[in-house]
Amino acid sequence: MAVVPILSALVVLPLAGAVLLLLVRNRGHERDRFIQWSALGVSLAEFALSLWMWRGFDPSQADFQMVERVDWIPSFGIQYAVGVDGISLFLVVLAAFLTPLALVSSWRSVHKKVREFSFFMLALESAMIGVFLSLDMFLFYVFWDAMLIPMYFLIGIWGYERRVYAAVKFILYTMAGSVLMLVAILTVAYLHSVATGSYSFDYEAWLTLAVPRHTQMWLFLAFAVAFAIKVPLFPFHTWLPDAHVEAPTAGSVILAGVLLKMGTYGLLRFAFPLFPDAAAYFAPYLAVLAVIGIVYGALVAMVQPDMKKLVAYSSVSHLGFVVLGITAMNVQGVQGAVYQMLNHGVSTGALFLIVGMLSDRRHTRLISEYGGLKHVVPKLVAAFFVVTLSSIGLPGLNGFVGEFLILFGAFRWNPALAAVAASGVILSAVYMLWMFQRVNYGAVTNPKNEGMQDLDTREKWVLWPAIAMAVFMGVAPWVFLEPMAPAVNRIVARAAEAEPAKVVRVAAPAPVELKKGPGPFSGR
Amino acid sequence: MSSVSIIGPALNGIIPVLCVTLAGLACMLAEAFRQRDERMPIGGLGVIGLCGAAVAVMLLWGRRAESFGVVRADDFGLFVQLVIIGVGLLTIVFSPKAIERDRLPAGEYYALLLFAVAGMMLMAVATDLLVIFLALEVFSLALYVLTGLRRHECASTEGAFKYFVLGGFASAFFLYGIAFTYGLVGSTHLDKVTSAVQAQALTGNPLLLVAMGLLLVGLAFKVAAVPFHMWTPDAYEAAPTVVTGFMSTAVKAAGFAVFARVVLLALEPLRAEWEPVIWVLAVCTMILGSVVGVAQTNLKRMLAYSSIAHGGYLLVALAAGGEMGRASILFYLVVYAITNVGAFAVLALLSTREAPMEHLDDYKGLWHSSPALAGLLTIFLLSLGGFPPTAGFVAKWYVFSAAVGAGQSGLAIIGVLTSVVSVFFYLRIVVMMYMSEKQEAAALPQLPGTALAALSLSAVALFYLGVFPTRLLDLAARSVAGMF
Repeated sequence: MAVVPILSALVVLPLAGAVLLLLVRNRGHERDRFIQWSALGVSLAEFALSLWMWRGFDPSQADFQMVERVDWIPSFGIQYAVGVDGISLFLVVLAAFLTPLALVSSWRSVHKKVREFSFFMLALESAMIGVFLSLDMFLFYVFWDAMLIPMYFLIGIWGYERRVYAAVKFILYTMAGSVLMLVAILTVAYLHSVATGSYSFDYEAWLTLAVPRHTQMWLFLAFAVAFAIKVPLFPFHTWLPDAHVEAPTAGSVILAGVLLKMGTYGLLRFAFPLFPDAAAYFAPYLAVLAVIGIVYGALVAMVQPDMKKLVAYSSVSHLGFVVLGITAMNVQGVQGAVYQMLNHGVSTGALFLIVGMLSDRRHTRLISEYGGLKHVVPKLVAAFFVVTLSSIGLPGLNGFVGEFLILFGAFRWNPALAAVAASGVILSAVYMLWMFQRVNYGAVTNPKNEGMQDLDTREKWVLWPAIAMAVFMGVAPWVFLEPMAPAVNRIVARAAEAEPAKVVRVAAPAPVELKKGPGPFSGR
Repeated sequence: MSSVSIIGPALNGIIPVLCVTLAGLACMLAEAFRQRDERMPIGGLGVIGLCGAAVAVMLLWGRRAESFGVVRADDFGLFVQLVIIGVGLLTIVFSPKAIERDRLPAGEYYALLLFAVAGMMLMAVATDLLVIFLALEVFSLALYVLTGLRRHECASTEGAFKYFVLGGFASAFFLYGIAFTYGLVGSTHLDKVTSAVQAQALTGNPLLLVAMGLLLVGLAFKVAAVPFHMWTPDAYEAAPTVVTGFMSTAVKAAGFAVFARVVLLALEPLRAEWEPVIWVLAVCTMILGSVVGVAQTNLKRMLAYSSIAHGGYLLVALAAGGEMGRASILFYLVVYAITNVGAFAVLALLSTREAPMEHLDDYKGLWHSSPALAGLLTIFLLSLGGFPPTAGFVAKWYVFSAAVGAGQSGLAIIGVLTSVVSVFFYLRIVVMMYMSEKQEAAALPQLPGTALAALSLSAVALFYLGVFPTRLLDLAARSVAGMF
């Protein structure tokens, strides 16, 4: 146990800051500025704290580290238990990284109720980080469900025209999935009490529980549906375009950047390891859905007239890759999946930031309204260009590493699926570049675009970190892959143990070779 | 037995009920001596009586005091009594404004309220079917009158009349059930019924099933289980809003206490017979309550259907049975009482004579005009919807946990799905308050400080119980452990 309860500090700090912000009197908005800076300060402190956690993290360990356990509801074996391993480590850092950017990006676009906006953003950050750090299923579910409330308000109050519809759809869709998971969680806790005589919601205790194969099927389905809705996996994705399009920029950034990863994180952390037999049985079906999502999302993205909707559908496609990597359940696939989660957070987050900046200026997100921006706002377009390439997966930028690893892992598992999925890489180039071309190249056809302002200092500060991160993750992937390797190996090894003969799988995890980056991958 | 102790120990078990009854009588007397337009703190008498009752309950805790052989103040009953006392206290705190606005006769109002509380409290500890029936009638009659207390309004009278007719009908069912039970067992005491059923002397006797069915109908009516819920929306709409909050919670507490005593203890050996009945009741109640609630545009009716749905969740706990099921009933009752009384109180505080604030559209942009009340109502609604970190989540979790543990996963699944449906209409109110612009700024009524403080306290309690539920969970578990 760490001397300083750093993980609890990570969970509590944003919420504490949020509650303090509520105490600030803000009649007539005279203190909006102060509130914005305070919220930013809290989120930066949180980011620093997350980096500190990374510094203290031992990359050679597969176990959970910095674990804190306190009895919470002892009669049901419920604990407040948090811990971090190589998989959750970077997701926490990602959430802490994106929140300040999202906050600053909305300094100009959010005029009304700034205090409440900052409150919900910080409360959301607490809940997100709680989801990634929880080692107790009850605690996990509390954070998982609690997170819906701030997001609901963010979309519903500060969103665009159809915000109420989108907010309600978002919360009902997600809840419908997660309540079934709640019943599944209760069932496992009950099975635990039958097997050992006492209730437990401890994740690690559940890993040792031998759940009958037949029961596993139902439990896995309940978990998988909850997570699949969150991801969102085709055909559960219909809430996503609405929520993304109607959410304010900051909401979209967090939604795409972090919230969607909770679905894939849940699949990887809970659904697959807890019910390995069922997971092995259902993995091919999930993979097929993922591949459908990859192609379908890309095709639908191609024909979107609305930039935000285009990015939203591209998320369906990108997250399909992540699920494919997880279902492959070999070292490359899973590492690629985790890496792609981070990539998608950075590059799609940045894309939403840029679309938000354009729509702040012109109050429209329609591609047809733009054109020739290169001549008007060259700096913005330059940033847009890098982010677009990173989203496509150009070698040298972050997207490439993740997609490569996933496709590599998927190919070793099922070449046919990998082949179809690979078409998604091409399609992503088609829709992204096409959109980029229509918005930025050619002559300035719309006179309204002529007077557009280029990036100001604030916006540069929002975009620079994201772009720097995209480049850094592209050229130095080992910085991230190495610490996650032991945890990934552990999950893969567990899946391999409970392997039915049905699915062809590579048993021994082989070290990953990458063309770029001199780093040794600890794939063992 | 010496002459002194005849009165002493025999009365112990009903001292809390006596406190409240005396307070009720005091209120009546005070009203009789009150000059016209004289302001008199009659509500204070009620507070004193209820606090006295609460102290008595604490003192009786763990003693299983018996009175006259028909009342047994075990911890389960005392726990429910505390819930009812709490609801009564909160109701009195929220009442003055409602009395003033609707020009209700203060003395009668408080007296009836206290008699209702007394009846419910007696019901929670009664162990004889006839005493249960008496208690039931005491509080029912008080509630019929309270429902129709706004005499100048037709709707109020109509709702009260409906409630009265249907309630009388249900009481008759219950009484008929008691008669059958007496015919079979030769006693109306629950212990005798229990031993007779356990001895299996009556196995296969169709009359036993008839008696059980009649008792169930009577109780199902009181807790507004579908299909015996028809009176609920009308009565809840008709009653003054504060009274609605009281009715929707305290009646359920008393009703489920008796439900647990009769069904889970006396009739437990017949589980195979009544379980399907409770199952169907629970499923119908949850589904109808949440689905029909979606279609409502009147807030009081919406919350009426919401409380029907919550009755359904309590029935799930009843179907689960066992110590965990009983304990989860107690925990759920506490949380539900705080939440629902709070929600109705916000409605009551907002309404004025000119603007009743009962329609959904009246709540447009409430956040801008009254952020505090909007925030409080939001917390109550989120708790009703079962969102963490409010207590509503822990309560639902406990109930469904009990259901899963008892092999009733089907009920748990239907329960969680209907709770998603009900979230939809809770959120509709939230949407109106936060996400719609207000058309015209109606003047908000002056808010009494005590009421606001009580509401804030309730909200804090909900968060506290949502984050640190252990103590109350353990208390509930211990209360049912020593039951019978």
